[in-house]
Amino acid sequence: MDERLVKMGEVILEARGIEKFYEGPGGKKIQVIAPIDLQIREGDFVAVLGQSGSGKSTLLRMLNGLIEPSKGEVLYYGKPLRESSPRFGVLFQNFALFPWLTVFENVMLGLKGKDVPPLEAEKRALRAIDMVGLDGFETALPKELSGGMKQRAAFARALVVDPEVLFMDEPFSTLDLPTAEALRRDLLEIWLNRKSLPKAIFMVTHNIEEAIILANRMIIVSKNPARIVVDWRIDLPYPRNRNLKRFQELVDRVYTVLSRPENLFVPEEEIQLEKGTKYLRVPHVRPGSIIGLLDILSERNGRDDIFHIAEDFNLEIDDFYPILEATRLLGFVETREGDVILTDKGKEFAEADILRQKDIFREHLISTNTIIKNVYNMLKNKKNKRLKGEFLLDILERYFPPEEAERQFNTIIEWGRYAELYEYDRENDEIVLSET
Amino acid sequence: MRGRNYTVLIEIPVLLALMGLFYLFLKVMMVWQAPPQAAFRIDLSVRHLPFYALLSVTRILLAYVLSLVFSVSYGYLAAHNRTAEKIMIPILDVLQSIPVLSFLPGVMIAVTSLFPNHQFGVELASIVLIFTGQVWNIAFGFYLSLKTIPNTLLETAKALNLTRWQRFVYLEFPFAVPSLVWNSMLGVAGGWFFLMACEMFVLGNRDFRLLGIGSYLQTAASRGDLPAIFYGIATMVIVIVLMDLLLWKPLVAYADKFKFEETSGAESHESFVLQLLIRSKILGVIKEGFARLTNAIADALPERKPVKREPVLNPRIVSKLFYVVFAVVLAAFGYYIVENLYRVGASGLVMLLKYDGFSFSRVIVSIGIACAWAVPVGVAIGMRPKLTKILQPVIQVAASVPATALFPVILMVIIQYGGGLETGAIFLMLFGTQWYILFNVIAGANAIPRTYREVAKSYNLSGIYQWRYFILPSIFPYLLSGLITAWGGAWNATIVAEYTRFGGKILSIPGLGSLITKATNEGNLTLLISATAVMAITVMLFNKFVWKRLYMMAEEKFKLG
Repeated sequence: MDERLVKMGEVILEARGIEKFYEGPGGKKIQVIAPIDLQIREGDFVAVLGQSGSGKSTLLRMLNGLIEPSKGEVLYYGKPLRESSPRFGVLFQNFALFPWLTVFENVMLGLKGKDVPPLEAEKRALRAIDMVGLDGFETALPKELSGGMKQRAAFARALVVDPEVLFMDEPFSTLDLPTAEALRRDLLEIWLNRKSLPKAIFMVTHNIEEAIILANRMIIVSKNPARIVVDWRIDLPYPRNRNLKRFQELVDRVYTVLSRPENLFVPEEEIQLEKGTKYLRVPHVRPGSIIGLLDILSERNGRDDIFHIAEDFNLEIDDFYPILEATRLLGFVETREGDVILTDKGKEFAEADILRQKDIFREHLISTNTIIKNVYNMLKNKKNKRLKGEFLLDILERYFPPEEAERQFNTIIEWGRYAELYEYDRENDEIVLSET
Repeated sequence: MRGRNYTVLIEIPVLLALMGLFYLFLKVMMVWQAPPQAAFRIDLSVRHLPFYALLSVTRILLAYVLSLVFSVSYGYLAAHNRTAEKIMIPILDVLQSIPVLSFLPGVMIAVTSLFPNHQFGVELASIVLIFTGQVWNIAFGFYLSLKTIPNTLLETAKALNLTRWQRFVYLEFPFAVPSLVWNSMLGVAGGWFFLMACEMFVLGNRDFRLLGIGSYLQTAASRGDLPAIFYGIATMVIVIVLMDLLLWKPLVAYADKFKFEETSGAESHESFVLQLLIRSKILGVIKEGFARLTNAIADALPERKPVKREPVLNPRIVSKLFYVVFAVVLAAFGYYIVENLYRVGASGLVMLLKYDGFSFSRVIVSIGIACAWAVPVGVAIGMRPKLTKILQPVIQVAASVPATALFPVILMVIIQYGGGLETGAIFLMLFGTQWYILFNVIAGANAIPRTYREVAKSYNLSGIYQWRYFILPSIFPYLLSGLITAWGGAWNATIVAEYTRFGGKILSIPGLGSLITKATNEGNLTLLISATAVMAITVMLFNKFVWKRLYMMAEEKFKLG
């Protein structure tokens, strides 16, 4: 067991009620991150898990001062972050190296913003490059390096400042498997053998195993808005072996938490197009993915573990969730204790031919209380059976930030098209009722 | 790079070049120091040409340096201050659509009153004029680059606590280098185009002539001296090719380093001169000294860390105040223009609009002709990579010869065959615009994915179908950006195309361009301002209602991939 875990370290960073919201058109508040309280202590290696688009990255950026919270504040050793000059290292998913600078110059850049004498700066830069195993590549330009080596250079740049806290935003997700594995091992070595710095690491990831291999503390956040639903200690001894029973048990536990959307996902924001009825938003999923899920389930006698299905889809769990959510919304499946179960309707759908499938899909879509039903009803009631796309987008923007509204719009179009409820004429920006 | 393949021989051309530069500097200074002369006598004998060329190149380069400084400052301010941005970018749009000569009276009055006792005053006026012909797209390009820096790089700069100066040196400027180089080439080409108008002009009762290759050509043309015209053009071509070899090629090769791609493999440019410069130890020492100096300055700058201070005034109030002041200035300016238009009177206005129509038709006809040949030829070349490689340099040289220099010759031929300035003007505008279209179409056709062509082939699509369904849509966005540049260029060219001195006579045809030139010559400010305003409004209305819409359509519909 890691000894540093036993004694609770000093609090380095403290978030007090930090939240993020946007003001939509019409002055409606769109909450992205609910007020969050969080302490990061010396010795913490925090891994944050959550669905894509849940606001993990925004949380990271609020903690290290890259963006200001809409409300609340972050304290660094008890003082507001704004008034102190913290030593943070930051690592991004896409490396963010300056392409016109050599590896050495990129690392030196880390010290430019600090008052370090030139000679000492050079020494420290060389040492950092050495530490990440890039010696010999000091004069190489980023474009001459492989992805893994680029991330090593970015590591050196983050470490050269002797950071108190190292922030990492999905640092391994664009690397191929063996490269990521090697880098994780090296990171762990640096972390475990460190004498003093970095005192803590804060990592955003969507890979459950990665989180369990590296971190000693795990945070899971929900979506719409982001809230902390789980804050666990991971007290397995290092190095952690994937095949150990306790490791697998932990993976299962995390999956179980993640696989109960009813616990994890606070009720979705409801959308109101007209006065009176409220409608659910549509998950961003292709209709084809829903059919794929139902096919797999019916081949397995209508029941299987979420974990297995996600693996068969070759998807990370947070990319798989929207598919599950969508299928559940239509009443084709239920979830129980980490398992997905096909309902009778779902069974009927899976066994039907393509044309019949469309019919069933349409019937369910019209009877489910989503915004699509709402769009369909409005079209039916209009004399010319047409609706301006811009009008729908305007309404959506009252509930979502602009990019999310755009995605929501595209999903609404795609589902409606598949179900042959309506067509979309991009040229004239008109949604047109299908003739049936 | 330095040290590899190093021989002392490398230093010989470098040293010679440095000494030559110093000598040329002294020669130029001698001319500038002299007391002002209203009009030099331009000597048409060939032996003066090298010296004239030197003076012109100096002007163009100084104007370019001025453009760079202006562009970087203007673009930086516009990109970093939201209030300023909302005002500065539309202003840039307006300035871009005003032809060079319209700036003339204001520039002359301001500059010659600053330096009344030296030839330098008149020189500076000419330089500022050339500057107005090349600066706007450089400024706009720099601003756009700053706005497109990837967010993660900006966040990294913030996370690394870089000061504003450091962020500029290590991130913003390097990121903008490729666009800066490309727009500089276009800008300087624009400078050459208007060189003749900028070196020799009449303002009211004063006749200004500067020694230079532009004034040489103009004098030769107005005397109808064919051999002199030929020598002048030849010198100009040699100078332009030399500049390409010694300045632009090395710069383009150098700018490759700053292209924002994290993977290698894209085509790279090579320059022999750049290799020479990189390997020279003398230049290395100079460069290092320079770098130390700038570093020292950067360190001495007071701003180490951006300290957040509570602003004394509420920023909202400040920005509102700013808008109010700006509105007042704008209103005053608008009043000034309206007043001038009023003085022109109703019949004058009708004439202005009629002339606007004439010039507009010429612009459309010349662009139409340019498209008619440049689109099919561009597609033919662009879809054959081997042909592109062979023809591209040839076309580049052809395009770099300023059409204004060729104008007298073209005009002579046209008149010989019974044509008039009307045909000549369209020719000049055509020569000033067709290259933009050709280059862009070649680039567009080059970018058509192979698979498209293979699909077309395997379905045996006829030529018409191919053009309709994949060639035109594929090149449309490229063609459009070529058209937009050509459009602005053609309007600007009307001032030299519709009014010219040739063989001792003044030739002119009715149009806004000839009106502006005539008004400048006569010192008629009212007419100058009215005509300029009408032209600028025409250009901008068309930009807003035609080009911008087409552009949005191109973005939405025809974007590949």
